[in-house]
Amino acid sequence: MRQIWETPGGIHPEQNKHQSTGEQIGTIAMPPEIILPMGQHIGAPATPIVEVGQTVLKGECVAKPEGFFSAAIHASTSGTISAIEERTITHPSGMRALCVIIKPDGKDTWAPLNPCDDYTQLSKDEILERIRNAGIVGMGGAGFPTAIKANPKSNRKITTLILNGTECEPYITADDMLMRERADEILLGAQLFCHLLTDVNEILIGIEDNKPEAIAAMQAAANALNDERIHVVSFPTKYPSGGEKQLIQILTGKEIPSGGLPAQLGIVVQNIGTAVACHRAIVHGEPLISRVTTVVGQTLEKQRNINVLMGTPIGFVLQEHGFVSDYKQRIIVGGPMMGFAADNQNVPIIKTTNCILAPSTKELPLPAPAQPCIRCGMCEQACPASLLPQQLYWFSRSEDVEKLEEHNLFDCIECGACSYVCPSNIPLVQYYRASKGTIKLQREEKAKSDHARLRFEQRQERIVKAEAEKEAKREARKQAALEAKKLMAEKAAQPANGETENTTNAVDKTASKVVDPVTQKAKLTRALTSAQSRLERANAQLQTNIDEDNGSRKDALQSKIKQAELKVNDAQNKLDAFNKEHDISSSEPGTPQAKNSSAPSNDKGKDATSPALKKMAMSDAEKQAAAVASIEKRLGVATQKYKEAQEANTPTADALKLGVEKLEQKLSDAKAVLAQQANDVSANTTQPVSKNEADAALGAIERAQAKAKAKAAMTDDEKKQDQIASLKKRIDKAKTRLNKAKDENDDNIAAFENAYNKLQDKLTQIS
Amino acid sequence: MAALELILNNPIISALVALGALAAVFGAVLGFAAVKFKVEGDPLVEQIDALLPQTQCGQCGFPGCKPYAQSIADGDSINKCPPGGQTTINELADLLGVDAPELDEEHGEESALPKVAFIREDECIGCTKCIQACPVDAILGAAKQMHTVITSECTGCDLCVEPCPVDCIDMLTVEPELHQWHWAQPKGVAASNIIATDKTVATDKTTATEEETAA
Ligand code: SF4
Ligand code: SF4
Ligand code: SF4
Ligand code: SF4
Repeated sequence: MRQIWETPGGIHPEQNKHQSTGEQIGTIAMPPEIILPMGQHIGAPATPIVEVGQTVLKGECVAKPEGFFSAAIHASTSGTISAIEERTITHPSGMRALCVIIKPDGKDTWAPLNPCDDYTQLSKDEILERIRNAGIVGMGGAGFPTAIKANPKSNRKITTLILNGTECEPYITADDMLMRERADEILLGAQLFCHLLTDVNEILIGIEDNKPEAIAAMQAAANALNDERIHVVSFPTKYPSGGEKQLIQILTGKEIPSGGLPAQLGIVVQNIGTAVACHRAIVHGEPLISRVTTVVGQTLEKQRNINVLMGTPIGFVLQEHGFVSDYKQRIIVGGPMMGFAADNQNVPIIKTTNCILAPSTKELPLPAPAQPCIRCGMCEQACPASLLPQQLYWFSRSEDVEKLEEHNLFDCIECGACSYVCPSNIPLVQYYRASKGTIKLQREEKAKSDHARLRFEQRQERIVKAEAEKEAKREARKQAALEAKKLMAEKAAQPANGETENTTNAVDKTASKVVDPVTQKAKLTRALTSAQSRLERANAQLQTNIDEDNGSRKDALQSKIKQAELKVNDAQNKLDAFNKEHDISSSEPGTPQAKNSSAPSNDKGKDATSPALKKMAMSDAEKQAAAVASIEKRLGVATQKYKEAQEANTPTADALKLGVEKLEQKLSDAKAVLAQQANDVSANTTQPVSKNEADAALGAIERAQAKAKAKAAMTDDEKKQDQIASLKKRIDKAKTRLNKAKDENDDNIAAFENAYNKLQDKLTQIS
Repeated sequence: MAALELILNNPIISALVALGALAAVFGAVLGFAAVKFKVEGDPLVEQIDALLPQTQCGQCGFPGCKPYAQSIADGDSINKCPPGGQTTINELADLLGVDAPELDEEHGEESALPKVAFIREDECIGCTKCIQACPVDAILGAAKQMHTVITSECTGCDLCVEPCPVDCIDMLTVEPELHQWHWAQPKGVAASNIIATDKTVATDKTTATEEETAA
């Protein structure tokens, strides 16, 4: 006899196991419909891989696992997929979720299977993959994907495998019957797990002592197998010894730390139903398509265990067992302690449904109304997790999250022992479930909001950086312009000085040569004409590039032109200075240029300043006017070119036309700006530039705020009026937009029209 | 020896000297610690910001949650955030040790269910206006390309709806998902709000009563 350990707390409710153990595991007729929810396990719901109308065979996969933490789902009989739609699922929420519906053809034809007589030939990954593809999940309770559990990521070697045959909850006998009838398969399944875990040196099969037949059957099977690692251990009946942590403590004396996993202690626990399913999946190739479920309760004629196809509607199962509805009937999925009442009898049996309980009202009366807590401390005595249920209850009521966590709410296994013993009938466990849910949701929201904060801050940073870069560029440009201005101003102010120096230099350098003023002048004139011709060329090039809408080239050319302009000015200056000098010193008859230069030197200097310099000195309005004029000129040229091209019927006509249109657009824009500027000047309300550049988001915020403010003060009727008014405004806006688009022959006319119509629809709907 | 004698002869002075020395040592340690373990940023603002929902919708009147957090730290009222609703107000009140006011309706109403933006993609003309408005970069797209909302990033702030010229952005309510569902607190057990030995009539339902008795 192995040593067993005591666990804290626990209760001894009425067993009620005999009702359903009188018969062997039975079967029922084929249901008219099979409903397979995509989420029957913990983790992501599976994704359907079949189509409506498709025929499937028994055991064919209908949905593949979605990611690592998921499980596949298989057709539990042959038939046609009649629908893939949302149905109410077997879940306490009573919510709807995606299900694959099969209409059975009654033939129950198996798909070809992939059996394997000797799994030791397969690699471990191969076996795990097969378990995963068979859609096997923990069948005792929550439905944790078995392939993950059978391959724990722990740096400790797994030395102990525990098979959980405790089944401590009243009424449920599915595992009991399974052990009685399929003890050999269970042990083979256990050996399969051991093969996967490598280092297991003991297999403990824990069974409560209220199942003597099961213990005997398991012992006999163990003896037959002659595997000395296997120990069948029985221990006194107490609820909830079947909890994973409790069972481990009973069998090994080890306690799992709060928030820890059994693998940390080198232990893995599997349900016996899961062991059978894995054995069948590997050795026979059968996916998980049926399970043993207890059907019990006084409103049924026949109470027993059945091997039922996944997806069989619960209502159909009850009907097959002579169900007569009682007054205020409840149908409980799972046991009386941890199960939940299903409102809808059309929900299916799923992989984790171990019991359907249809009690009469006398058998399981509705809970009495809760009374005030009398601080008896019985709940604390009963709690198997050594918590303080009464304290938790108060913190839960006052939603004191911090205190709840401090008092280890998340160690509560939701066994309901505390509610069971509470003399005041307080549904304690309900409070804990609710609080756990709220806290989990809060954590999720917290994670989401932290993420949003991060993104917001990163965006903000990015905007600031981009703004700073722009600012730096602007600054650099300004600096460069200032420098150029200074340089030019210097040159314009003392052209004579510079020139004399230059000449003296030249004289020094060419000391042997005689300085001939005429050659000098001719040289300068030549330089000027060459610079001028360069400028012209660049201008012409620019024009063609604009016509061809070649943006990048254009910029480069424009800068070239600027350079050329500067050179021309330079040359002009030099020439002028030279002329002046020689006008005074000698009375040589000049070229036309020389005649020009007879004007007063002061004025000459001013004239000589480059157009660029002039531009800098101009006011905004002047600049704009100049821009308009230049665009007009360009437009003239472009139009001319376009006409020529059209007459000559050259292929570039279209491109040229585009250029003309663009210029037209630009011109009208520039004109509008000019008009705007004129207005601004006249009204003397020049807006600071930064205002125009304000963030689009800020504008929207301001508007939304104003709206909200106005809304708060309004009655419902007014609100509606306001809504209508705002809609009308939006319609107007949409209309102008549409008209504009039509005028301009925009590509998006259809889209604008659509938006306009939709808004109008909205308006009719509201009013 | 002479030092020992001096100490023995002037107990008061030696005590003072000893205390002074200790004060100097601890002062230095504390001073060092203050520099070495300096807390970056304003912890109160950070704490407040951590409680705000980070929708970045601006309904509070500030361009984002952080500025509002700053403003609360500077003494602004805590009831201006509609997306956070009463829960956030309560948490803020807890943090700051003040009474929790009701939500200020002037800034909008608390919506029961979260929302998320959705672009009807075949109507989008690709103007990128919505991208510029989105505070958390939850919209994906490029000029003249169809745009789409990354649902998992969208905070439901509503700021992208207005700028869209073709009105193709809808705010959809997000139905609670299965994994988000959880049991509700049991209802209709008002009588159990107090413990049985408390003689007040069992209709009082403030949790305060409960805590008083618990304490
Ligand atoms: S439901 Fe939780 S608190 Fe109550 S007895 Fe069970 S483990 Fe303890
Ligand atoms: S068992 Fe019930 S009445 Fe007794 S202390 Fe716990 S909650 Fe209170
Ligand atoms: S997509 Fe729209 S609603 Fe969503 S966060 Fe961005 S701006 Fe707000
Ligand atoms: S604002 Fe509207 S039309 Fe423009 S890109 Fe966004 S969704 Fe598309």
